[in-house]
Parts: sequence; structure tokens; C-alpha cells
Amino acid sequence: MAREIFVAKSDDLSDGERKIVPNGNSEIGVYRVKGRLYAYQNLCAHQGGPACEGLLMAKVEEVIAEDKTYQGMRFNHDEMHIVCPWHGWEYDLETGVMVADRTFRLRKYDVVEKEDGIYVLA
Amino acid sequence: MDIPTSDIHKMSVEEFDTKKLLINAARQRDRRKLEDVLIVDVDCHHYENESLRDIIQYIEDPVIKQTGLVYSGSGTGAQSPLIPGVVGYQDISGRVMRYPLRKLEQTPADGTHRDIHLSLKWMDAMGVDYVSMFPTPMLLLGLHPQPEIEVAMSRAYNRWLVEQILPQNERITSMLYLPFNDPEASYKMVRDFGDKPGVVGFSVVSTRYKPVYDNAYMKTYRLMEEMGKPLAFHASYNWNDPLLGATNRFLITHAMGFTIYNAMHCANWVINGLPERFPKLKVIWIESGLAWIPWLMQRLDNDYKMRSSEAPSLTKLPSEYMQDMYYSSQPMEVPNDLDVLEMTFKMIKAETQLCWCSDYPHWDMDLPSVIYDLPFLDETAKRNILGENARKLFDLDVSGRFPDYAPPGGGTA
Repeated sequence: MAREIFVAKSDDLSDGERKIVPNGNSEIGVYRVKGRLYAYQNLCAHQGGPACEGLLMAKVEEVIAEDKTYQGMRFNHDEMHIVCPWHGWEYDLETGVMVADRTFRLRKYDVVEKEDGIYVLA
Repeated sequence: MDIPTSDIHKMSVEEFDTKKLLINAARQRDRRKLEDVLIVDVDCHHYENESLRDIIQYIEDPVIKQTGLVYSGSGTGAQSPLIPGVVGYQDISGRVMRYPLRKLEQTPADGTHRDIHLSLKWMDAMGVDYVSMFPTPMLLLGLHPQPEIEVAMSRAYNRWLVEQILPQNERITSMLYLPFNDPEASYKMVRDFGDKPGVVGFSVVSTRYKPVYDNAYMKTYRLMEEMGKPLAFHASYNWNDPLLGATNRFLITHAMGFTIYNAMHCANWVINGLPERFPKLKVIWIESGLAWIPWLMQRLDNDYKMRSSEAPSLTKLPSEYMQDMYYSSQPMEVPNDLDVLEMTFKMIKAETQLCWCSDYPHWDMDLPSVIYDLPFLDETAKRNILGENARKLFDLDVSGRFPDYAPPGGGTA
């Protein structure tokens, strides 16, 4: 049965914020983004970096016109990425899947919000 | 410090501690018992530009020194008279956060240089015992249009390193910078510094256009061979190079730039028969990863079999000479199909010729686990690559960390 790990009181994790909580000999990163909660192990699938301690960045997209010409780049704020600070590996916040090679992923945890706060099920 | 991101949610960071950043590296170290393994990092870095004012004090030419003092004092705007700049953003636009955050890190004011404190922090976290430390901005010094500046800066840097930094801790060594655009000055560098404590070899930054086969270098190679000091070719990149200037992403110019200069120099080295002229001179190719080596081996062998008249000094295949050379591992390409990497290891005789390195603190650094976790290596091969090969290459005294050191697989140190 999953163990509940207290993360924070609801008011202490504002939208766009992240909190790292200990879990044995590792940590779990908990995010609240656009009203939704996400939790992942703070361990990059690459060389083991603290993925959840890095930046949260929007996906970068190329702008290609109908005539196939390159028009620049833009941020797509509908897809946010967790970026490992060691080497820059990026993971889709929604799924934990590594965006450049979908055979890798962060370990995902369920997270619940109760009256007295936010909990991760580990 | 605020790091701008794509969103309204900028990242605010109040403090930075390498030990905390690398806590997962320390966990890897403990899980694998790496404290019991000799680990020698043949290529890590510091930021010598942060000590520029001290280094400039060692410049011998009074005119260049005065120029440098002005620059390191009040500054001269965006220009640097001493170290050429090049466009780039190795930190992936702030994503590799230790670049912008490093200035926040606190170190004790106890007389030990900050670079020693910072180096020992990450070394201890990874379980690294000894390092060969290289500069960072000076990796572009070979592109300076004034050879006398390369000579003045590198000589000042080497003196500063040998007199002020290396004596502070025996775990930190260096392969001193050679001002390769001036062959005579390179010779004097080897002559004057080759026997200094902590100097384990000499290095040429390969991002330059002087050919290694030039007769002007032969006496330097001979001197290094006589002194038993290895010669390293350390990769970097130059986005202003006419070839790399045709690339429009740093990803490309890095992937290619950090390999093509070393590949060019290596091809020149082999085909001109320099291994025949200097059979005891040990040569190591640094920071080009490994994938370029099988490519170059096959290309040179194929052409050599048809055009051996252009390489009459050779008595064996180019690839066989390349198997006698040494290679640093980072940034080690790890293909999803590990058979590819295993074949690469086989082709370069990795068990005796490959030396692990971290390149820390740079963005594409490797941990010791990239070698230690490879399923196709036995324990002896892992330990050779992580430390023993470098110990032999540098003739390194490791008794300070391993008083009773015995080479993996038997034998005596």
C-alpha cells in the first residue's frame, strides 16, 4: 500500500511552484502548474541528476510557414518541460517522458490534495 | 539570483552549493563503493578568467602586461585584448544552472584558492582522487591573431598554476598549455616547466590551424618524449570557423567542432608517421568523445591501402597506430544499442588506452558511473579506465590516497 508523504499545505504551493520532499534515500519533486499537481522522482534517467531541481521551461518549437520556410522559434506554454540541471535533459511535465527520446522517463507518483494539504503516494 | 525562464515563473535561487547539486553523484559513489577505486580524471576545468588579475601579474612582457592590467582593472568594455571570444551558449540558455549560479557559491577564506575548494567539492562528491585540470576561456587562446599574446598569456597562466595553485593540493595536477602558434615558445615551455611538481604533461588546444607535422615542432616532441611527458590534444570549437560558420545551432557546432579539429590533427599525426619518429611519446586525444575514432580509423585505413605511397613512413595500418594512442572518454556517446559502444571500446583497445574524465563543471560532464555501469566491462577493465590507465600515462604517485595501491588485475604500481 502506498505511503502518504506530506508535501505542503495547499496555500504553500502556489501555481507555478515546485517543492522537493525527501523519500528515503531520494527525493520527489512536486509541481503545481495551471491548477494541476504532478510528482516525479528527483532522479534523471540520464546520469542520475536531480531533475526536479532544474528549470521548468516551455517547449521550444520551430515556426515553419506554409511554404516550408523557417520563421524562427517560439515557446509553447501548453507543454511544459522539467529540465535536469546537470545536462539539460527535458521531460514532459504531463507524462514524465523524456522529450528527445521517449524510451526514457522520470518515475511518476500519484499526488492528492486533501483538506489539510498535499500528499504524494510513494 | 533570478534565472529567466520561458514563463512568468522565473527561477529564484538564493544559494548554490556544488555538494548539494551533486548529492546524487555522492549516492552513486557510495552505492558503487567508488571510494575504494582509484579514479583519475584526465580532463576537468576551472575558470581561470576569475583569477585573471593574479595571472596577469605573471606576464613577462611589460607592454602586454600593461594592456592586461587595464583590462582586468577597470575593463575595456566588451573587448578582451588577451583571450578571444567566440559566440556560444554551452549552458543551454541557462538550463544547465551551475553556469549562472557558480558566482553564488561560497568558499572558505582560509588562504586556499577558491578553485581548489571548488574542485575538491565535486571531486569528493564523485569519488575522484586526482585530476588533470584545464582552463576554460583559454581553450580559445589559440585563435588569437597575435601569437605573442598566446605566448604571454599561457606562460603567465602556467607560472601562476605551478607557483600558486598546484602546490596547494597534490590531488590537482595539470597538463600545461603549449602556445602552439609559436613553436619555439612551446619548446621553452616544455623545457622550463616539464619537471615542475604537479605537471603531468602538456596540452595543445586543437582548435587552431597550425599543422602538427611542421618540422618546427619536432624538437618539442623529442623533448617531451625524453622527459616522459604525454602530449594531449584538447578539443574545443570555433563557431567563426568557415566550416562551422555554416551551422546554425550550437548543438551542431559543438558536436562537430569538438571532434573535427582533433580528427584532423590525429590524421596528420598518423599519416606523417610521427608515431614512428617518436615511438615513446604518449599522445592522448581529449574531449572529443569516442564515436569519431572508429570513423577515422576506417577512413584512414581504407585510403591508406590505396595510397600508401603518400604515407611511406608507416609500417602498419593507421588504425593500429591509433590503437597505441590514448583517449579521454567524455562526452561519451551512449547509444541505445550498447553493442555499438562495445565495438568502439574493442576498436580503441579501451582496457589499456581509454581514460575516464568528467570535464566538470562543463555542461556535458560525465560521472564515473558512465564507465562503472557498463555491462560489457569486467571489474579490471572498469578500474583501468577509471584510474589505472591515467596513473600509468601520467606516472602518477597515488600513495597519498592509496598507500598500498596495487594495479587492477595484478602487477605492481
